[in-house]
Amino acid sequence: MMNRFLEAQTKAKRAWSELTANSEPVIYIGSGTCGMAAGAASVGQMVQETLDKHGLHARVLRVGCIGPCYLEPLMDVKLPGKPRISYSNMDSTKVRQVLEALLLKGGTASEQAFAHFGEEQGPFTAGIPRFQDTPVMRHQVRMVLRNCGHIDPEDIDHYLANDGYVGLANALAQSPETVIEMVKEAGLRGRGGAGFPTFRKWQICRGAPGDTKYVICNCSEGDPGAFMNRSLIEGDPHCVLEGLLIAGYAIGASQGYVYINSDYHLAIQRLRKAIAQMHEHGLLGENILGSGFSFEIKLKDGGGAFVCGEETALIASIEGRRGMPRFRPPFPAIAGLNGKPTIINNVETLGTLPNILRHGAAWYSRHGSTGNAGTKTFSLVGKVRRPGLIEVPLGTTLRQIIYDIGGGPWKPFKAVQTGGPSGGCLSEEFLDLPVEYEAMASAGSIMGSGGMIVVDEDTCAVDLARYFLGFTQAESCGKCVPCRVGTYQMGRILDDLACGRGKPEDISKLQNLAETVRRTSLCGLGQTAPNPVLTTLRHFRAEYLAHAKEKICPAAGCKELVEYHIDPGKCTGCQRCVKVCPTEAIRGARSETHVIDPNLCIRCKACFEVCRYDTLAGNAITYSSRRSQS
Amino acid sequence: MGCDTRTSTSAAPAEYRDLFQEFKGQEGELITILVRVQERFGYISEESLKQISRFLKLSENQIFGVASFFSKFRFDAPGTTSIKVCMGTACHVHGGSQLSDAVGWRLGINFGQASRDGRFDFQRVNCIGACALAPVVVVNEQVHARAMVTSMQELLESHE
Repeated sequence: MMNRFLEAQTKAKRAWSELTANSEPVIYIGSGTCGMAAGAASVGQMVQETLDKHGLHARVLRVGCIGPCYLEPLMDVKLPGKPRISYSNMDSTKVRQVLEALLLKGGTASEQAFAHFGEEQGPFTAGIPRFQDTPVMRHQVRMVLRNCGHIDPEDIDHYLANDGYVGLANALAQSPETVIEMVKEAGLRGRGGAGFPTFRKWQICRGAPGDTKYVICNCSEGDPGAFMNRSLIEGDPHCVLEGLLIAGYAIGASQGYVYINSDYHLAIQRLRKAIAQMHEHGLLGENILGSGFSFEIKLKDGGGAFVCGEETALIASIEGRRGMPRFRPPFPAIAGLNGKPTIINNVETLGTLPNILRHGAAWYSRHGSTGNAGTKTFSLVGKVRRPGLIEVPLGTTLRQIIYDIGGGPWKPFKAVQTGGPSGGCLSEEFLDLPVEYEAMASAGSIMGSGGMIVVDEDTCAVDLARYFLGFTQAESCGKCVPCRVGTYQMGRILDDLACGRGKPEDISKLQNLAETVRRTSLCGLGQTAPNPVLTTLRHFRAEYLAHAKEKICPAAGCKELVEYHIDPGKCTGCQRCVKVCPTEAIRGARSETHVIDPNLCIRCKACFEVCRYDTLAGNAITYSSRRSQS
Repeated sequence: MGCDTRTSTSAAPAEYRDLFQEFKGQEGELITILVRVQERFGYISEESLKQISRFLKLSENQIFGVASFFSKFRFDAPGTTSIKVCMGTACHVHGGSQLSDAVGWRLGINFGQASRDGRFDFQRVNCIGACALAPVVVVNEQVHARAMVTSMQELLESHE
């Protein structure tokens, strides 16, 4: 059986080196969810059309997300014997230009190029930076994402050629106890956000009585603004499945599940394909690689409930019930799915395991900082110049992430929200905080699963807290009173503040309520739901006071407290705003100054946009907090 | 109906029979079955509840209880042109709620509803994973990046 694996590996490596030392050009198209949304499908079509038009041949690979989503759609071209060059923000014209320059004219179209993947600079890549030297990549370390954007995620041979399943083979050659010991030494902590040592969970489950045990990969990913797990599965499904096998072997399970949001169509499709390929290669089923270890993997659809990120709620959902959490203990490691000992690990935790088993614990713990080993992926989004999927060693500061990698916001920085609706909002004074589990917690936030949203001065802290609380309130399962009623009442207070109906005493009421909900809720959702409120209260109290006392929104972010004005000096009387206003709130004859009736205005922003971007208009419309007008 | 002991698939209409083929009839399959039914019919109808109930031998109430728990499932027929406004955090800070208001205002409906003439279907979704393109609106599976209120108005007019 082991021979069969080695044979498959040798074959895959041969095919891979033929591809990389290729005889024909290879064209890579970034086809993750972000790439597809940005138009990767039409890029693919244009590539084919250009090749057909000139009678050219090339291998076209559809790869996962390589990280810098702001550059999508990306197209990379690798000519025989030359380094691969990446071209960004492709459209049909650029695709044609680049391909013709490279394939017909012997040039590189360097003015369109973003970076190249060569080891060093050469005459061919003159004027093009190396990928790892670009500002967005310089501070990143790609460990779990190492294959994303480089291999065809639907081809198991690509994964095998890049040392895929070597980690599993190494694990199977040792006792499960040694594997657990290795993960302990590596210092791996749960990447779902809480940071519980992975080996502890495993040890408890391994020691639990019973023959039937389960391991579940948690890809519920309910945080609105996080896409790390989806991108990892779309770009490299086998690494997560290999991790699931390793975890199964370590705890003594023979059945694994991937619990995945049913809206992740592309990821589900890739997992299905990957599982079928694993069966073909003897990597699933009975007696895997001749080790005596047997394992099966099933996909389980998630219905898209945030609370199902919580372990007991997730288990209820897999069992076909409402996704409601239950009181713990017993912990799932003792009594989980169908009452059997169950381990639930996050996608990224599992995706990290093959690396640890392949390179050893010492190699892994060299990355990161003391007590916080390894790397963490984040989806860095919001008001930054270079949003995307990033991976950094733990211990990297927020400033490095937001400014060096993300390029910082255009307008002055205001805050960064980590951990999504369960996390906290950190102000400028925390920018030098290292991204480590304890440091984030001490600042009132959490590491979280990897959502990182940057906001600038245009975002109101009250509005942001209201947004997150609105989300958790809607997602509260309703089982326990503090969460069900508490989040609702907190939401009411925030609504009042955001609409200018608040009173100064509301702020202390909100604070008390938030503390109560945090302390008394049944599960993690309720216990962490007040975090965005508590942290914004801590760091942006003056803004709350402005809403409560003066009934203004200093950031002009709360819609109900904003008024639109037309600057008579700039208004060209073009009537564009009159036409787009859905409520006929703007009046004015052609070539005369227009006026907005604040009583009719619904603050939909249509007039603002048209006045700013229409060539006839004079950028005369502004909006500001109501009181500053009077 | 509780007395009905026939094995479900034989009694189910052909389209449900096909749908249920890949399943064993265990409770744990409920959510996946609901997902398949919604993919096939666009929503979970009373008829669907009845058929799933027979197949899994669970009460319709229990099935509705599970289905209504998850935001994914809907219980009325969707409109023809599907409009999904992303309400993820990145989209929110880039003005997603204004887009959502504009669409609702224009169509005269709230999110989660189909327009009265059945031509439009307006949903808010939590995150479609294209945060770098925020704010995004998905119209019939086509992603519109960096959407603006005015471009939404034009888009709706073009579908009218």
